[in-house]
Amino acid sequence: MSPTMAAVRAGVRRGGIELRNTFSNVQDLWNYFFPTVALLVTMFFMRGATVPGTSFSLGARTLPSALGMGLAFGGLLGLSQQLIVDREDGTLLRAKATPNGMLGYLVGKIVLLSTVSLIGLVLQLTPALFFLDGIRLTDGGTWFTMAWVVPLGLVATLPLGAVIGSLIENPRNMGLVVLPIFGLIALSGIFYPINGYPGWLQAVAQAFPIYWLGLGMRSALLPDGMAAVELGGSWRHLETFGVLGLWAVLGLTLAPVVLRRMARRESGSRVAARREKAMQRVV
Amino acid sequence: MTAVELPGVAPTPHPPDEDLVLDVRDLRMRYGTVDVLHGVDFTARRGEVLALLGPNGAGKTTTIEVLEGFRMRSAGEVRVLGVDPGRGDERWRARMGVVLQSWRDHGKWRVRDVLANLSDFYAPYSTDRIRRPWPVEELLDTVGLTAHAGKRVQRLSGGQRRRLDVAVGIVGRPELLFLDEPTVGFDPAARREFHELVHRLADLDETTILLTTHDLDEAEKLADRILILAGGRIIADGSPDELARRVGTDAEIRWTRDGERFVHVAADVTGFVRDLLREHGDDVQELEIRRASLEDAYMALVYEEESGVRAGTAAASVWRQGSQP
Repeated sequence: MSPTMAAVRAGVRRGGIELRNTFSNVQDLWNYFFPTVALLVTMFFMRGATVPGTSFSLGARTLPSALGMGLAFGGLLGLSQQLIVDREDGTLLRAKATPNGMLGYLVGKIVLLSTVSLIGLVLQLTPALFFLDGIRLTDGGTWFTMAWVVPLGLVATLPLGAVIGSLIENPRNMGLVVLPIFGLIALSGIFYPINGYPGWLQAVAQAFPIYWLGLGMRSALLPDGMAAVELGGSWRHLETFGVLGLWAVLGLTLAPVVLRRMARRESGSRVAARREKAMQRVV
Repeated sequence: MTAVELPGVAPTPHPPDEDLVLDVRDLRMRYGTVDVLHGVDFTARRGEVLALLGPNGAGKTTTIEVLEGFRMRSAGEVRVLGVDPGRGDERWRARMGVVLQSWRDHGKWRVRDVLANLSDFYAPYSTDRIRRPWPVEELLDTVGLTAHAGKRVQRLSGGQRRRLDVAVGIVGRPELLFLDEPTVGFDPAARREFHELVHRLADLDETTILLTTHDLDEAEKLADRILILAGGRIIADGSPDELARRVGTDAEIRWTRDGERFVHVAADVTGFVRDLLREHGDDVQELEIRRASLEDAYMALVYEEESGVRAGTAAASVWRQGSQP
C-alpha cells in the first residue's frame, strides 16, 4: 500500500476514534443537542407568525434555513476551532513529526466534522417531523436536493475553516471571526426573508455561502410554492451550485497553501512558548 | 588549583559519508540581527549516543530543531541521514524519531489507540532490514505502559505521559532519535528507568541518539560523546573521560593523619599515594582521591568561552594566572 493511502486510511481511523471519544463526552454531547433545543425554542416563539405575503408558518421556514446555517457553522467554525486548539496543545506538531501525518490529521478532521454535521442535521430534523407541517420529507426531490446541497456545502465551508484556523494564532482571536459570521447570519435570510432589505445588503448576503446554503435547504424541504417568496422568485438551483462551487474552489486552492505555511512554522519551541503563555493566562 | 587550558580549536574530523548519520558543517542561525549559532560543526556515526550540553539560550533547541527539519537554518551544510533537513521528504521523516515534550495533545484518546494509529503511518516504510512499525504491545512493554494502555492520555501521570512521548518517538523504529531535555521534571526512579530504556535502544537496534540535557550526570551516563554548545559554537567534543581530562590530569588527594586533614594536588596520583603509604603506612586514614569531574570540565570550558568572548582573551589569561597555586 502506498504511504499516501496508508495515511488516508489511518486518517479515517482517526476520525472514527475521535467520533467515539466525542460521543462519550458530556460536554460535546451538549453542544450537539443544544442547537436542536435552541431551534425548537425559537420556533415555539415564532408560532403563529407567517412568512410575509403567505400563510406559511415562519417557524417551518426557519427550520431548513437553520439547517443550512448549521452546516456553514460546522464547516467554517468547526474546523478552525479544531486547528487552533490542536496547534496549541501540540497535536499538529505530532502530526508534523509523523510521515504523512498532516494528511492523516486532515482526513480525520473531515471525517469527524462531516459526520457530526450530518448527525446534527438528523437531530434537528426529527422533532420537526412532529411539530411542523409544511415540511416535505417523503418527496424524492427532497433527498435528491439534499444529496448535492449538503456535501457541496461541506466542501465549500470546511476548507475555508481550515484557512481561518491556520491564520488565527491565538484562540482568543476567534471572536474576530465569529462576530462577522453572526452578522452574516442576520443578513442571510435564515430567520427572516431578506426581500425587504436594501439592494446592496442583499448583494452582500448573496456573495457568501451562508445565504445559499439556507436557500438550498429550503428548496429541499419546503413546498415548491414557497419559491415565490425567495429573491428572484425561484429556488435558483443553478446559482446555488455556482456560488457554493466557487467558494469550494477558492477554499480548496487556498487551504493547502495556508495549511502548509502554518505547519512549516510549527516546532517544539513554539508549542513550549505557547504553553508558557497559556499557563500565565488566568483561566 | 588546576589551570584551565584554552580549548584548542581542532577541526572536526569528517569520516567518509556512508557512515555518517549526522553531518553538520558551519551551521549558522540568525534571528533578525542576532546570531544564535556561529558555525556549529559536528558529526555522528551510526549507533552513537550524543549528548548536547550548554548553558540556557546557547542554541541547543535551535540546533536540534534544525536537524529535525522543524526550523530553517540561515546558513551551513547539514546532512541528516544523508538528506538536507530542509528538503527532507516523508520517507526521510519515517526514518527518524522525535521525542517531543507533549502537553495536552490526544487528551481523550486511549494510550493504545494513540500508538496503534500513529504506527499505521509507518507501515508502508518498512524495509527488509528494519521492520516498521514496532508492534504496539511490544512497544507498550518496552516503555512500561502496558498497565495503562487502556487509560485516556489525560489521565496519565507526568512520568507516564513522558514514557508515552518516548513510545511515540520510537514507534517507527527510527534509525535516528532526537530527545530534547527528556527527563526534565522526572524523579530519580523515573530518570533511572528512562536511562535504562535509552541504553536498550542504543544497544538493540544501533539507533543513533542525540539528546540535549542540562543534567551532566545524565550526559555522562548515557553518552558516548558529549558536545558542549556555548556562544553559538561547539567548544568541546569528546567522550566524558576525554573532556574531564582536558581540564587537567591533576587530581586532588585528601587524607587524615593523627587527626589532621591534608589535601594535595598531584599529576601522578598513583605514584604519590604509593609514596605516601610507604612513608606513613597505617597512620594514613580516610584516603580520598578526587579526579576532575565532567562538571569541572563543563564549568571551566563554558566559563572560558563566555569570558573570552565578553572581555577578550586577556581576561582569560588573567583568570588563569589568578588560579595558579
